Amino acid sequence: MNLTLALFLIVVAITLVISAWAARRARTTVQFWAAGRQIKGWQNGLAIAGDYMSAASFLGIAGLIAFNGYDGFMYSVGWLVAYLTVLFLIAEPMRNTGKYTMADVLSFRMSPVPVRSAAAFSTVAVCASYMMAQMIGAGSLIKILIPTLDTNLKPYFNWEIFGTRLDPSITMVGLLMMIYVIAGGMVATTWVQIIKAVLLMGGAVLLTFLVLLHFGFNVGHFFDAIAGVKDKATGLNFTQPGILYKYGQKQVFGVDLALIDNISLGMALILGTAGLPHILMRFFTVPDGKAARASVAWAMGLIGSFYIMTTFLGFGAATLVGKANICATVVNGACVGKPNSNLAAPRLAEFLGGEFFGTTGAEFLLAFIAAVAFATILAVVAGLTLAAAGAFSHDFYVGVIRTELLHGKVSEREQVMVARITAGLVGLLSIWLAARIGATANAAALVAGVAFVIASAANLPAILFTLFWKRFNTWGAVACLVGGTVVTIWLVAIGPGWTVPAVEHPAFPLQNVGIVSIPIGFLLAIIGTYLGDRVKADRLAEVKFHEIDVRAQTGLGAEPNPVVA
Amino acid sequence: MEVAQPEPAAGEDGVHWEGLEQTDEFRELVRRRFRFVLPATIFFLVYYFLLPLGNGLAPDFMKTRVVGQVNIAYLFALSEFVMAWVLAFLYIRKANGLFDSLAAKVRARAAGGKEGTAL
Repeated sequence: MNLTLALFLIVVAITLVISAWAARRARTTVQFWAAGRQIKGWQNGLAIAGDYMSAASFLGIAGLIAFNGYDGFMYSVGWLVAYLTVLFLIAEPMRNTGKYTMADVLSFRMSPVPVRSAAAFSTVAVCASYMMAQMIGAGSLIKILIPTLDTNLKPYFNWEIFGTRLDPSITMVGLLMMIYVIAGGMVATTWVQIIKAVLLMGGAVLLTFLVLLHFGFNVGHFFDAIAGVKDKATGLNFTQPGILYKYGQKQVFGVDLALIDNISLGMALILGTAGLPHILMRFFTVPDGKAARASVAWAMGLIGSFYIMTTFLGFGAATLVGKANICATVVNGACVGKPNSNLAAPRLAEFLGGEFFGTTGAEFLLAFIAAVAFATILAVVAGLTLAAAGAFSHDFYVGVIRTELLHGKVSEREQVMVARITAGLVGLLSIWLAARIGATANAAALVAGVAFVIASAANLPAILFTLFWKRFNTWGAVACLVGGTVVTIWLVAIGPGWTVPAVEHPAFPLQNVGIVSIPIGFLLAIIGTYLGDRVKADRLAEVKFHEIDVRAQTGLGAEPNPVVA
Repeated sequence: MEVAQPEPAAGEDGVHWEGLEQTDEFRELVRRRFRFVLPATIFFLVYYFLLPLGNGLAPDFMKTRVVGQVNIAYLFALSEFVMAWVLAFLYIRKANGLFDSLAAKVRARAAGGKEGTAL
């Protein structure tokens, strides 16, 4: 049997065993949504890292650096610094005031029906964009790394759903994540993320070690080699900035377009993380604010070390393998077809394995890195599915429809059942959407970026103002949640890069829309608040501020961690 | 201390939130936290955006080699990681010590049930 396939199956088997074990610990709502608030700080830190370091960061960043040199590193920097926003402003207050979802915190002060509905809308928008990118990535990865799987399954996928033929690889990933989430809820998701984080760190450390070993642990030699790699278009070498962001070429309003694009990306990265629903949700799984703080510390240590290692992977692939040799199919040592940056890390693993351990080593290391990438995607999509299901079932169905509109009491049993059903529906929907969008490959990288912008333009102002601005009210919250989401999607849709091939003169010049839509999100929150104030729409919000203020700062009255019977 | 309190509308849970918000302990907690978080946030935002600004506006300076082929651009990017870790360490040290003990005082006061009448 194919070695890669075997390692894939081992990963799958381990995660399924965990789900079966976790299923018995996912009977009540607090168990299903928040793992009974029993996750320790360091465990949660690992899980945050596992939730966060997606295939985009492992394969994507390594590939960006391998193809563009230094500029690819910019993503890594932003993704770590982002956690300072989370640590200073978000982690503890969320744990202290929230229950299962972001909307729990907002509806503390605001009218539950509009705010929960609006939060469910923005949450689903973020999760859907992020998830599609991951699923498309997973699909193409499996096709490349174990082509036999896809071709063998193809005959069984010979039917269409609403005009779209499902993709075997994507469907497999989708079904697996549905099993984790439906059976094991947050407990299973957390452990899948922890295992993935350990595997990913292990893989990165191993590759970094081998790259350095190749250069005899002489960093100077390594950098000499990197500087020897030149970009043809710009003439710059790979240690220099300016290859990906071509400064000084185009201008908008008299300012360098590449510079604005880069800063706009940075804004979305460092502000968006603090609004990502699947990351926020992780803070409800720990016993108290102090553990929430500790989990950020662990996550920052892991994420930071990992992203520093991405430079060794990316530069290593650039110097040892070379852009021309990074592609899906290699015949007799030469590439067939176009280079594919996502395969920089796997191809580097293959090269290093071959150098140090011979042919079997090459095969094994390639298979191992492929399995790590696969586990990475599974863990991230599981976290996203859980967050999206939380928005649908906990916020919208239980919070809005059953409790507020029908004035009913919802039993634990019903809540958990609805949670499982929505997780299933979210999973099915994303399988279908990913298969439908999958054809336009250009969209994959873009939609992942959109998730960060929506999170920072819609969710972040809502959370920050709820916690820290006394006058903030329901109108303001709904304005930024809905407005921020809609404006972001609209700007992306009329910008460059959405359609394939890219339009020559798009209506909006930037690919990264954060620099415009994030201020708009905050502005909408403020305007909405003043309008709501004028019509005196919301009397409770200001009164309740005192409560959330004290709770957020002190942890008084925070959701307890129930003692397991 | 004289605090002009309108009717202390204690919540359904019996906790008088607005009264607690006015206590010296709580104000001290908020002030101390603010005094750390605000400058730290401004600092990391400025420091972070200096990197893309430098790369875009002063590319020749950023390309200056420091040791061998290692240039300022790469060292600056690495220093961002160190900056983030150091700030996080400082915050957590302060929070585990000072902020937590102040928060515990506020919680103790609430548990004593004095916050409504004592004011």
